[in-house]
Amino acid sequence: MSGAANAGEEDVRRGAFSSRKVFILAAIGSAVGLGNIWRFPYVAYENGGGAFVLPYLVALLTAGLPFLLLDYALGHRARGSAPLSFRRTDRRTEPIGWWQVGICFVIAVYYAAVIAWAMRYTAFSFDRAWGDKPDEFLFTTFLQAGDPGVSLDVVAGVTIPLAVLWIAVLGIMAAGVQRGIGATAVVFIPILLVTFGVLVARALFLPGAAVGLDALFTPNWSALGQTSVWVAAFGQIFFSLSVGFGIMITYSSYVSRRTDMTGSGLVVGFANSGFELLAGIGVFAALGFMAQASGVGVDEVASSGLGLAFVAFPAIINEAPAGALIGVLFFGSLVLAGITSLVSVIEVVISAVRDKFELTRLAATIWVVTPSALLSLAFFSTTSGVYVLDIVDHFINRYGILVVAVVSMLAVTWLARALGVLADHMNSTGSVPLGAWWKVLIGAVTPVVLVVVLVSELIGDLGTPYEGYPTWMLWTFGWGMAIGVLAVALLASRIRWRPQTSLEPPEDSAVAAPEARR
Amino acid sequence: MSGAAILMMVLAMLVLWGGLGLAVWNLMTRSKAPEEHYRRDL
Repeated sequence: MSGAANAGEEDVRRGAFSSRKVFILAAIGSAVGLGNIWRFPYVAYENGGGAFVLPYLVALLTAGLPFLLLDYALGHRARGSAPLSFRRTDRRTEPIGWWQVGICFVIAVYYAAVIAWAMRYTAFSFDRAWGDKPDEFLFTTFLQAGDPGVSLDVVAGVTIPLAVLWIAVLGIMAAGVQRGIGATAVVFIPILLVTFGVLVARALFLPGAAVGLDALFTPNWSALGQTSVWVAAFGQIFFSLSVGFGIMITYSSYVSRRTDMTGSGLVVGFANSGFELLAGIGVFAALGFMAQASGVGVDEVASSGLGLAFVAFPAIINEAPAGALIGVLFFGSLVLAGITSLVSVIEVVISAVRDKFELTRLAATIWVVTPSALLSLAFFSTTSGVYVLDIVDHFINRYGILVVAVVSMLAVTWLARALGVLADHMNSTGSVPLGAWWKVLIGAVTPVVLVVVLVSELIGDLGTPYEGYPTWMLWTFGWGMAIGVLAVALLASRIRWRPQTSLEPPEDSAVAAPEARR
Repeated sequence: MSGAAILMMVLAMLVLWGGLGLAVWNLMTRSKAPEEHYRRDL
């Protein structure tokens, strides 16, 4: 299959977003996830407060946006899933695409569980079902968590919403790129913005909100001299933008060939960071209220991740006027942000399976979503689910996403030597030209910075077992899982492509592939 | 809130939300290629 006509036929076969606006909303929906709401505020607070704006902005401009544009270039030029895009860029880089697919599969399996928890907590908000002790309610009553280990005891309160969620995901994914993914983004993102905007407005009028904002934004300029603060800024930008693990490659392959991808990338990048700032304001206004109501400092109530969402916020909801409203808005926002991100993660896998085996959309969706749902239910709806989730999340983020990101940048730059053709492709329709600065950032600066982030994490994990979990659990669900994903990726890349699959970039791409020129 | 905190909050808003505004303006006015619309769900 080759030629412009056939390239067009391939677009019809694979599906596409109906417009640039839908693509941008879908990309924002992917980037804006749970981490924007529950990770950024605490990272900023812990790393210099108001002074964190500086390293955060440097990280966004020198690493986040350039890497986002690399993903866009790979997918938009090659017009394939992550493995096919890498294959069409340079055959030797195909395993990187399968590595990303494996990572996305793992993330989808556990990410769905957190959304299911948020679904239950949205309902719990109406009657404040967690009572006076949200911590005890979460672990003992709701999750029924015992000692760390693997249990087969099913928790019905998690199983049912998780099953419902996977059925909804099946429907969205089967509906296709535009009618499923695109339509979900077009509906959910505006609702998320309104919902979270109302939440922030409500939080700002709580007594003590100014105390929380003061804690968040008071600059600690001496923090800028600490390496760890800069590492945290680059880590936050990297993890929140959904770059480096195939999502943006896949989404950009569904966009019209004449779309301004650099201009679109700037909108997505700043929208993601803008939402993080909004989340920081809303979360710390609420934490300030909590601190004042409890007669303690903000440092004693500030937290992140599961602790912030499922312990601190229920406590805030208990104390706040119209607390039920805050609860519905907060947990509803988590559900909306989570679903649009989950959809993007699972699409990476579906798209790759479709391309590799030339399956129909429906067949690929069933082949991917069914095992994902079964694994999700098996591991994360049991009484040990929270522990397995915590370990898998920690290790797949660091030794999956972070490593494959560095490898992909180095491989595209130094093995495939494709930055030139990728820049030419982006510049053919882009409003912001990618010049030598972009190649330097992608080929040297960003990989080096991410390696520093990775090494700092590695030192921590090798020095102390993560969260004190048993060694066998860390090796099975942590290191073993991360290594296993890489092994499966290498095997997947050995499977032959179907004869009808073109392994060259479509002819109407701006410039031919490097390997085609050799 | 302290003056420094207010200043940094306003600065962060200007940079990130202002950056978003500029990015949208750039996309609307400076894109080289007219946007294509698919007429149906592909």
